[in-house]
Amino acid sequence: MRDLLFAQNRFGLGPRGGQPAETGDGREWVEAQLGQRLAGLDDVPTRSEAAEALIAYREERRDARQNRMDMPAAMPAGGTMASLAPASMMAPAPAANPAGAARRAARPPELAAARRDQRELYLRAVDARVGAALTTPTPFLERMAHFWANHFAVGATKMTTVGYAGLLELEAIRPNLTGSFADLLFAVERHPAMLLYLDQAQSVGPNSLAGERAGLRGRDVGLNENLAREILELHTLGVRTGYSQSDVTEFARALTGWTVAGIGRGPMQRRLSGQSGDFTFAEALHEPGARTILSKRYGEDGEGQARAVLRDLAVHPATARHVATKLARHFIADDPPPAAVARVERAFLTSRGDLPTVYRALIEAPEAWQADRPKFRNPWEWTIASLRALDLPAPPAQRAVGLLQELGMPVWRPASPAGFDDIAASWAGPDALVRRVEAAGRFATAAGQGVDARALAPGVLGARLSNATATAISRAESPATGLALLLVSPEFLRR
Amino acid sequence: MDRRSFLATGASGIAAVTFAPHLAFAAAATDRRFLFVIQRGAADGLAILAPTGDPGFAGLRPQLGAEAANGTKLDAMFTLHPALKQVAAMTAAKQALLVHAVASPYRDRSHFDGQNVLETGGALPYRMRDGWMNRLVRTMPDNPQAIAFAPTVPPALRGSARVASYAPSNLPAAGEDLMIRVGDLYANDAQLGPLWNEALQARTKAGDLATGRGAVAAGALAARMMKGPGGARIGMVETDGWDTHTAQRGRLNAQLTGLDAVLAAFRDGLGEDWNNTLVLVATEFGRTARENGTGGTDHGTGSTAFLLGGAVAGGKVVADWPGLAPTALYEARDLKPTINLDALIATALGQHFGQDPARMAQMLFPDTGSAPLRQKLVLS
Repeated sequence: MRDLLFAQNRFGLGPRGGQPAETGDGREWVEAQLGQRLAGLDDVPTRSEAAEALIAYREERRDARQNRMDMPAAMPAGGTMASLAPASMMAPAPAANPAGAARRAARPPELAAARRDQRELYLRAVDARVGAALTTPTPFLERMAHFWANHFAVGATKMTTVGYAGLLELEAIRPNLTGSFADLLFAVERHPAMLLYLDQAQSVGPNSLAGERAGLRGRDVGLNENLAREILELHTLGVRTGYSQSDVTEFARALTGWTVAGIGRGPMQRRLSGQSGDFTFAEALHEPGARTILSKRYGEDGEGQARAVLRDLAVHPATARHVATKLARHFIADDPPPAAVARVERAFLTSRGDLPTVYRALIEAPEAWQADRPKFRNPWEWTIASLRALDLPAPPAQRAVGLLQELGMPVWRPASPAGFDDIAASWAGPDALVRRVEAAGRFATAAGQGVDARALAPGVLGARLSNATATAISRAESPATGLALLLVSPEFLRR
Repeated sequence: MDRRSFLATGASGIAAVTFAPHLAFAAAATDRRFLFVIQRGAADGLAILAPTGDPGFAGLRPQLGAEAANGTKLDAMFTLHPALKQVAAMTAAKQALLVHAVASPYRDRSHFDGQNVLETGGALPYRMRDGWMNRLVRTMPDNPQAIAFAPTVPPALRGSARVASYAPSNLPAAGEDLMIRVGDLYANDAQLGPLWNEALQARTKAGDLATGRGAVAAGALAARMMKGPGGARIGMVETDGWDTHTAQRGRLNAQLTGLDAVLAAFRDGLGEDWNNTLVLVATEFGRTARENGTGGTDHGTGSTAFLLGGAVAGGKVVADWPGLAPTALYEARDLKPTINLDALIATALGQHFGQDPARMAQMLFPDTGSAPLRQKLVLS
């Protein structure tokens, strides 16, 4: 089955209603996108804007602290946006916590404005992402940008990353979608958003110049192994693939010196070269000496040491298996068929991670074209598919952010560096379902009375439209109810 | 008919829920309740319940250890974090049992694997497909309601026993006609039909707290859904944000302030039912004994767990303290676990629900073969 509509749902972002129906072969439609590059986005924040906003925020916070020594519990350094909360019950908005409310009320207006500026950057990036998803001429590539942004998840969950999180996708992922996995990996791990999110920007080699000086002054600064661990566990090899704690620690030592100019937090910040907010290598933070990682010795000096490790990790067989499994899970099934995983894995290994080759193996997998095995759409996919189906314009970013928060998948804000889950068990919950019905009601109202769900349904669902859904739509008491039913129908919830 | 009364009617129409076959247990029906509060991200037990009496502590925690000066000293060894004021009060009232140097069978340092072991109760990640709380539901003779206070069901509660989930939403309520028609549309869908029925039942019960926010509201909501004869008897609350690699002092203080508020609001909301309630607070693993170079701690092994509630034989710390000397640490970096979390859970739940703890361990943790603890953890 190479139905175009099927391809648009499974490999793309869903068909767009209100447009002349496209015709042609589904597989050719996907493959034609492999040689293309994603178009640049308009009005996206730049990293110098993000750096300025973060520096301004920190200055305001320092002033606020100095002015209010009687308020010791101000936002802690690197504090979370929404601190403890029963995870899923927490909106980014105010907690019903009297101490928190008092703190917010006492916050000087300059500090509140600095926080708003950071959030504004986040909203502009969300706006660009939603806009691109609705209008892109290359929906498969757009989907791959979302996939990799989740694979290399960075959470806008700390004040240091609110303004930066979207930039990882815009600057490191989108330009590298159709190159090699190694290039993508380098771009991501050197990006300031990643270095800030996983605390690498503050890591100091204990025997580096900075580490020794700090030691002499009795200050305890040192290694932070967070980025090293997550690169091995999440970004490349995958968990339980044979590396040890000493590999993690050694890799963390190799990574010391990889930091962000101007806004890192460790010692030597004032002396780092480079534009504020850009990647920089600081020799004074780097742990001297050769490293042994995964039984291989890395004798390189300086920045090149971690780069050499990444180069090996990028083409490691465990990485091929890990990436192939995640891709197959995303496009084929929650429990991906082993034969399909093996073919994608082989394509990865033989091409040394050439991404178009890997994607082609996936598209050619017969398992990916079986209609009887649909994937449950996650909240982002479902929201985008709904807006496209009803041909709605992008909602204001503030509203899109709130909606996706309610649906359980706030943009670039996963609860952990593992990103959002990619299986139905994580999204098909009782309450999550009611929320989609509520959101569908809102979309349908926005679409107005002019769209006839009975006419739209076959164009959106094609051969998958069941008699039950067609009947339910035709019996709806209003055009809006009919549209809402289409969006929450069992067929539309899946792709 | 308003939305509330529609939902109530709708829910009664689907009350005949089919449960999976139950494992035969001879216990009588009980009004005892159990709430699991999971701390996702590996909570730092050495800060939460600081071993201030250990000679190694101050050297490992030159900056972070200072926090304990303002805490509640519980005995010659342990000091409770100052943010846990209500937990301190519960301890004084003999309603909290604080357990230290505890860990699940998991010995590596991946959050995701660690949480999988903690929630499925297997010996290794992804060994078991259902969660130990779901198996707990199946050991109970009278179809207790179980609910996750989250939009979807967390792994600990996933499995063949039917489980509800509920979390407040800010979205405008859908019209009644749409709700009815969606129910019809899902009736024949094996995945969506049961989910829809669960959702309607939970919404009916939540009532006015449905728009509540934050820690206090979360605790109050859990209490409301678990209170009284018709309340759920098994519940789970998820908390995020315990992964404190940097600037731990402020962040952990905020986390614990929130946790303390959840627990107090739950206690206050339950009223009399608090006397029949056991709360477990636990995390996937602990953090490094030594603070790192960025004012935080990295992934470790042993941590703390709390048993709270009117049913708990509380008022003290339970620990087989391994010490913090360099040779006493696990892999020369982490607090060495000396109490098995599986055994703790099985023992506490066995005592709480009047079942043999050894059989409870076999049912909930068949993979790990944990022997129950000897201590009395819960009042009979």
